[in-house]
Amino acid sequence: MNLWLTIVGMGLVTYAIRLSVLVFVSHTHLPGAVRDALRFVMPAVLFAIILPSVLYVGEDQSFELTLGNQRLVAACFAATVAWFTKSVWLTVATGMAALWLLQWAW
Amino acid sequence: MSGVRAQLPLLLGVAPFGMAYGAYAIESGLSAGLAQAMSAIVFGGASQFIGVQLIASGVPGAMLVLATLLVNLRHLLYSASLAPHVDHLSARWRWLLAYLLTDEAYATSMQRYRRDDASPHKHWFFFGAGFALWVTWQLTTSLGIFLGAALPDSWSLDFALPLTFLALLMPVLTSRPALAASVVAGLVAAVGFDWPYGIALVLAIGAGLAAGVALDRALGGGAEERAFDVEVS
Repeated sequence: MNLWLTIVGMGLVTYAIRLSVLVFVSHTHLPGAVRDALRFVMPAVLFAIILPSVLYVGEDQSFELTLGNQRLVAACFAATVAWFTKSVWLTVATGMAALWLLQWAW
Repeated sequence: MSGVRAQLPLLLGVAPFGMAYGAYAIESGLSAGLAQAMSAIVFGGASQFIGVQLIASGVPGAMLVLATLLVNLRHLLYSASLAPHVDHLSARWRWLLAYLLTDEAYATSMQRYRRDDASPHKHWFFFGAGFALWVTWQLTTSLGIFLGAALPDSWSLDFALPLTFLALLMPVLTSRPALAASVVAGLVAAVGFDWPYGIALVLAIGAGLAAGVALDRALGGGAEERAFDVEVS
């Protein structure tokens, strides 16, 4: 029962955050500095999620900055594909294929 | 419908992530109902993974709610950056769109809003993208719960999410400030990986934004207007 309450709490804070500016605050009240910063949200958020997930790998999530880190190598390959093709579909497909190939080769 | 179509390539990354979440929740000892309810109520991949992890390690509920708050704080920025575009909509529409506001829905909708045409129906695009994602997330969670341990770890399905994010990231690295924001945020998040409750992610995003703004000012600004010109397909 307690866990259900917790999940509802998690949902409520998440919804409140998403609602915040969209519903309760007019954007005209946002100071210029905040609006400036908003332009960098995507690059900052995305890489902050990506980088740890390819540096800390394996069962024990240990730090691994070597060529033996298959996820890191596959991600670098996929990043190159993403850079040149700008295609989500191709990036995911080639990145997964690269990882599977590396795992198979090891 | 064009929103749904724009979201399709992203679903390719989200689907395995949803399955990985469902399987992970079951393996960690959550009931099927609880795992599914979290997908429906919270609807945020990263925070759900962290939630399962914390539940499994017996962290008190209040800490879980706080961690969720921190991890999902980035949605505040999405909310703020979308706000000017939904000003003309009814309250009901805005409540609905807010529920569907995720990383992926934000990325696709922003591309649409950034396009020059003055169509007053861009919120339908947002809705289509968000709803397609929602349905996919619920279905793949169920699939993950159902298949559970039958999904071998060696498939590395969870790797599809960072790949999707990479594909979204590359096209927004259009200027040096954007690159700086990205690199600084990534490094802080990596250094703080072991810090508790998603604090590192919040600090990382803050540091990244600060770096981007600082460099943008130093360079005279205005370099970022094209930051959202992404091609998804």
